[in-house]
Amino acid sequence: MIETEGLVKRYGTTTAVDGLTFTVQPGKVTGFLGPNGSGKSTTMRLLLGLDKPDAGMTRIDGRPYRDLRWPLREVGSMLEAKAFHPGRSARAHLAALAASNAIGRARVDEVLDMVGLDYVARRRAGTFSLGMAQRLGIATALLGNPQVLVLDEPVNGLDPEGIRWIRGLLKSLAGEGRTVFVSSHLISEMAATADHLVVIGGGRLLADTSVATLSAAGSGSLEKAFFALTESSVQYEGTAQRTGSTAPATASGASDTARP
Amino acid sequence: MTATEFTKTSGARYGFSNVARMEWVKLRSLRSTWWTFAITIAAAIGIAVAVGLNTKNATGDLTNNALGGVAPGLLLTGVLGVLVMTNEYTSGMIRSTLAAAPNRPLLLAAKAAVFGTVSLVVGEIASFAAFFVGTIAVPGTISGPAFSQPGVLRAVVLAGAGYFLIGLFGVGLGAIIRHTSAAVAVLVGGIYVAGSGLVAISRSAGSYGPVSIVANSLSTTQKLPHALSPWAGLGMLCLYAVVALGIGGWRLARRDA
Repeated sequence: MIETEGLVKRYGTTTAVDGLTFTVQPGKVTGFLGPNGSGKSTTMRLLLGLDKPDAGMTRIDGRPYRDLRWPLREVGSMLEAKAFHPGRSARAHLAALAASNAIGRARVDEVLDMVGLDYVARRRAGTFSLGMAQRLGIATALLGNPQVLVLDEPVNGLDPEGIRWIRGLLKSLAGEGRTVFVSSHLISEMAATADHLVVIGGGRLLADTSVATLSAAGSGSLEKAFFALTESSVQYEGTAQRTGSTAPATASGASDTARP
Repeated sequence: MTATEFTKTSGARYGFSNVARMEWVKLRSLRSTWWTFAITIAAAIGIAVAVGLNTKNATGDLTNNALGGVAPGLLLTGVLGVLVMTNEYTSGMIRSTLAAAPNRPLLLAAKAAVFGTVSLVVGEIASFAAFFVGTIAVPGTISGPAFSQPGVLRAVVLAGAGYFLIGLFGVGLGAIIRHTSAAVAVLVGGIYVAGSGLVAISRSAGSYGPVSIVANSLSTTQKLPHALSPWAGLGMLCLYAVVALGIGGWRLARRDA
């Protein structure tokens, strides 16, 4: 289970995350939806202890990230695909991380096999395409066989086959009772993958509801419901435009490609 | 995913030995590591041969002459130390690293221990190899230095330790500055330019520059005027490394990654 409570993060004068409180339950895929620059990536960075919040807290299975005993065995994460050294092979990258959490070497080959990178395991990861880099990121997240997964835009750069594979993987992980928290700015992708949605705009919570309920609110269209939700939030519009146009907020949403 | 027996439980929590193992795999799996160390050793030996062959003065400090090639390797080792830290930020690897080991001071300690150990081993190899080869290259009419003579073994061992301490200084700088080019500039400025600048101010101030400590204090058998004694020099280098690592650890723990 993932919890955030009154989470606030400011970069200079920009408030990227503004009093965010929500809970992500195990056993289902929870989509984290919001326009570019809405604070999704920042929230995930705070969850993983990469950045420190200005107020509030985050907990994973009841503990802040830094207090986890074997972090990779408890939480698997992918914040951006290229979180590896380009000169190192995929296998060496995973072997190094495995060593840090006393994970056996056999598991490295297992996850490489799982994501379909076994045939390029010895190649320098810097030569990988975006899709292959994304798969290496997924392999890294799965390395410790964790109960909680935090993935930022995992379908970025994947081809249709890869997207279908990711959908199946996320659903089966949730089906095993794991907590799966996946961000996206693609509404259609979330409609196809998620069971539950946390929607934010301008760093604030706009909705925390099931996909079915939200679709019903948009008379069957999740997209309609999403725009209704974001448009009706006057504060969100003002804040989103501000955060979207200043460098720190977009830098924090590194995987966001377009700006509002 | 089926439940797999993949964990080797070694204690209740990840710790120094786990993180050090990660850093060792990281260090050895980059080709640049081996190239840099190979050039370090080759430079020390090559310069020792050149200096040895051209020895004319039998009363000079022949040990110091044989160790004359440590300077290029000192710089390379320092730069590699910087890269151990700044590479993480340049590549984005830092996010994976900190997700695996969120305790940042522990991470820096493990990095320093692993890189320090490897650079000490390489430094001693470079230093001893340069000494032996440089001694052999001395013309037959001049009797070369031997470990039985006072200060010779100490000079060779401490010259090797110089790589270790300047390497650690680099790791600390990398943690403080994070950007490769800026950190390398400060390293080069710190170990060369500042040293020369200090000489311009006063000759005794110049003896506090890191490279000048290795060249004129650690690796000599005859004390030079204005130079620190070998052990005082070693103490200064330790101080530089400890201060850089201390500030680096503090900055690392406080800043957003």
